[in-house]
Amino acid sequence: MYIPVNEVQKHFKSETPMMSNITHKSDQWSPYHDNSGTVLAIGIPGAVLVAGDTRLSNGYNILTRDATKLSQLTDKCVLATAGQYADFIALRKFLQQRLQLYEFQNEVQASTQTVAHLLSRELYSRRFFPYYTFNLLAGLDENNHGVVYGYDAIGSYDQMTYGVQGSGQELVVAVLDNQLKGYNKINKTFPQTQQEILDLILDCFSCAAERDIHTGDNVEILIITPTGTERIVKPLRKD
Amino acid sequence: MLKHLYDTDCVTWSPQGKLFQVEYAMEAVKQGSICLGLKSSENVVLCSLKRQPSELAGYQEKQFKIDDHMAIAIAGLTADARVLCKYMRTECLEYKYTYESHHPVGRLVFKVAEKSQHKTQSGAKRPYGVGLLVAGIDPNGVHLFETCPSGNYYEYKCQAIGSRSQAARTYFESWFHLFEKSTLEQLVLHGLSAIKKAIMEDEELNEKNVEVGILGKNLKFTHLNAQELKDYIAKLEGFNPNSQIQQE
Repeated sequence: MYIPVNEVQKHFKSETPMMSNITHKSDQWSPYHDNSGTVLAIGIPGAVLVAGDTRLSNGYNILTRDATKLSQLTDKCVLATAGQYADFIALRKFLQQRLQLYEFQNEVQASTQTVAHLLSRELYSRRFFPYYTFNLLAGLDENNHGVVYGYDAIGSYDQMTYGVQGSGQELVVAVLDNQLKGYNKINKTFPQTQQEILDLILDCFSCAAERDIHTGDNVEILIITPTGTERIVKPLRKD
Repeated sequence: MLKHLYDTDCVTWSPQGKLFQVEYAMEAVKQGSICLGLKSSENVVLCSLKRQPSELAGYQEKQFKIDDHMAIAIAGLTADARVLCKYMRTECLEYKYTYESHHPVGRLVFKVAEKSQHKTQSGAKRPYGVGLLVAGIDPNGVHLFETCPSGNYYEYKCQAIGSRSQAARTYFESWFHLFEKSTLEQLVLHGLSAIKKAIMEDEELNEKNVEVGILGKNLKFTHLNAQELKDYIAKLEGFNPNSQIQQE
């Protein structure tokens, strides 16, 4: 008596899944694409620094070396997003429109705290088909101190002094924990000036570009202060 | 205006072919305090006189930003103006969301006119009691439009509406040939001079009762602040349009 091919499985000793038993549906279409990259934000008294690399990728391919992941929503706050670029664009458009309406109705720009909550609600409104975006909202609060809010894809958020999102997150956040909080640091010295923080950010991105294939090309940094916004672009590894 | 027969509602014509309700609505515009607009090849300026209901009250705002590239000045029922302002703002936001560019000015004025006309052809509605001066800049150029309760709209080089606006229009008729090539500062001074013609003898122009809004090809709509207004009003004394002719 023969064993039909499709019943071979039943005649194995154990029914537990083994590598050979597992079939992958590898050609299933997905609405999500990870365009990767890394963003970070650091808040200090009197300013907030937001940075993102400018590389967009899809798998092992580079789509462009020249795309911004940062979007200034009001005079005082900036959205930095890693994840799916199309969802970043859609989210940014929604926020820009909604914030202009806020400005018409309230005759004043929304505060950073207000924008943070608005972003959270918008992300949760898509709880069952989420925006594939990993956001940082960085801005100046009512006292002109730099604040950073970090989000997951469905809108859970919290205030932090610094945050990192994206493919280089694990690489960079460990460096910031060490340099800004003094974790696992023997000689605890911290950056004092804005220039030192800027150098730290550039170093972080250089490190991430070394090890993470999805991070590189250029790093774009926005410095938000009560007097205005400054933009700096520096090159990173292109491989 | 005297009372007429056939004026009870919008759905009744008079034997002379008039809709009196619409004409009465235009009267409401003529009762509002003056606002005027004038344009050059690069800029548009809106000037208005703000009314103060009493000494205890604030001054009624007459100019509203619709979008970075567009603004309106109103004469007539402020409440009706608010409705139209909200409509225009919403239309601009939706257009920007869909097309990532600014709403063409003439197109939006047309939408407002269509909305206004709708109110003149129904038994249960009344026309909007407000006239708008719409200042805007788009790829087709620099624009100044006037809308009426009747649903008509017109494009102008310069126009004044509201009470005693004829005096300002007379000023414009003498000097509008200079506006095309005027600088922004000259435009504002012309605007303030025209308003000055329209105020009562015992009234004076000051930074509290006048409102000036400016718009340019590279200049988003902004109101002049109190200090800037004071400076311009001070410059009015020495302003002589004749000297502008000599420059050319």
